[in-house]
Amino acid sequence: MANRISDPLFFLSALFAGLLSVAAAGLPATAATATVAAASDLRFALAEIADNFTARTGHAVRLTFGSSGNFSRQIRQGAPFDLFFSADENYVLGLARDGLTRGTGALYAVGQIVIFVPEGSPLQPDGSLNDLRHALEGGRLRKFAIANPEHAPYGKRAEEALRHEGLWAAIQSRLVLGENVSQAAQFAVSGSTDGGIIAYSLVLSPRMARRGRYALIPEALHSPLRQRVVLLKNAGLAAERLYDFLRTVPAKSILERYGFVLPDSGG
Amino acid sequence: MDWEALSLSLRLGLFTILVLLPVGIAVGRWLAFHDFPGKSAIEATAALPLVLPPTVLGYYLLVAFGAASPIGQLWHSAFDRPLVFTFEGLLLASIIFNVPFAVQPIQRGFEAIPREVREAAICCGMTPWKALRTVEIPIAWPGILTGLVLSFSHTLGEFGIVLMVGGSIPTETRTIAIAIYDRVQAFDDRGAATMSALLLGFSLVSIALTFAFSRRIGRRLDRS
Repeated sequence: MANRISDPLFFLSALFAGLLSVAAAGLPATAATATVAAASDLRFALAEIADNFTARTGHAVRLTFGSSGNFSRQIRQGAPFDLFFSADENYVLGLARDGLTRGTGALYAVGQIVIFVPEGSPLQPDGSLNDLRHALEGGRLRKFAIANPEHAPYGKRAEEALRHEGLWAAIQSRLVLGENVSQAAQFAVSGSTDGGIIAYSLVLSPRMARRGRYALIPEALHSPLRQRVVLLKNAGLAAERLYDFLRTVPAKSILERYGFVLPDSGG
Repeated sequence: MDWEALSLSLRLGLFTILVLLPVGIAVGRWLAFHDFPGKSAIEATAALPLVLPPTVLGYYLLVAFGAASPIGQLWHSAFDRPLVFTFEGLLLASIIFNVPFAVQPIQRGFEAIPREVREAAICCGMTPWKALRTVEIPIAWPGILTGLVLSFSHTLGEFGIVLMVGGSIPTETRTIAIAIYDRVQAFDDRGAATMSALLLGFSLVSIALTFAFSRRIGRRLDRS
């Protein structure tokens, strides 16, 4: 009996290994495509920049949005990205320190946070967070959305602002955490929360603008959102060109339209 | 409607069942025909992904095949691509995660073959291959098809693992399930709704097919 089992099993194992190798040959990303990991606050702005870039150069851009901390971890685990846009420059600097990037990249923008309240919310868009304080003290706050402070820079700044105003302890039981600032925005808009603290660049998109109101939160309430972009070790030609494209006027004007503050110098 | 994501999911499902077809038949047949000490342990191991939270499997795959692991580094030097965050890594995860969905129905299919029929085949002097082709598969095919349909549709629905090991890279690892998640975050309710409806319809069809095939397991013999 043992002999009869071993032959087919051996053959089938070889077939298995063969098929897996064939699949491996499948879908190479070419130098003509830039594979980009970008912080979620760039969801709308970078999509526009990428379209613009593709129209001018013909290079395709594959965009993946998520939290900066998450991407930093994935890159350390060998994720095949060419370009990384981080909402917090410390993630880029950390990767550079560990030799995973080409240099320390460039500062491309400074981000801002807003308090966003959906239509029908009892909250007011008050950037000083006083209205939020009153809602909390009056026990009128249901749920409040921010990005996860552990790996999303916008979440961390939201926490800092709430701590600055002495609201962090009181708001704990009301918080809903988005995996990245885009998901936090989606929670804030959905109506199942009373609002949230999210990225300015997201509320400026038409998709969000008509679904609620917002107010900028003063930068004094949190540490700055210095955003850095960097080419990764194995970046191809398309990614290099995209990296250079960011310095051009069309790209910069798109960033400005989405509320990003552009650095004066090259970074 | 993210056609790239749909195409990616279909390809993932297809390759998964291409690999699980021979593996499922080999393991399912072996478990169906043989009794031995430790058989329950093997069956339990094969069934583990059924109860294992996908993120647990995703975590262990990252540990075992990530950039820091020996296997991951071997793969990287051989193919110039990492194993995680690529289609191949997703395929490997999908194969592992679908083992019970393939093996169990196929095992039931082979168990439905009466002992006398198998013994008759051996007495006729058939090689195992010939017996498999001409005697066993014609009886066990409903179980085999059930296993394939279940594995394919389960692959389309995978989320936790794909999120952990995939990275949501368009045309590489952004499956349709991930694309729906992405569309919601992009405030594209229409896109999310379209793809969700598509997957819902597909799941209904595949579960109906599964039930239809399951009823046929062992039935062919009753007619004679």
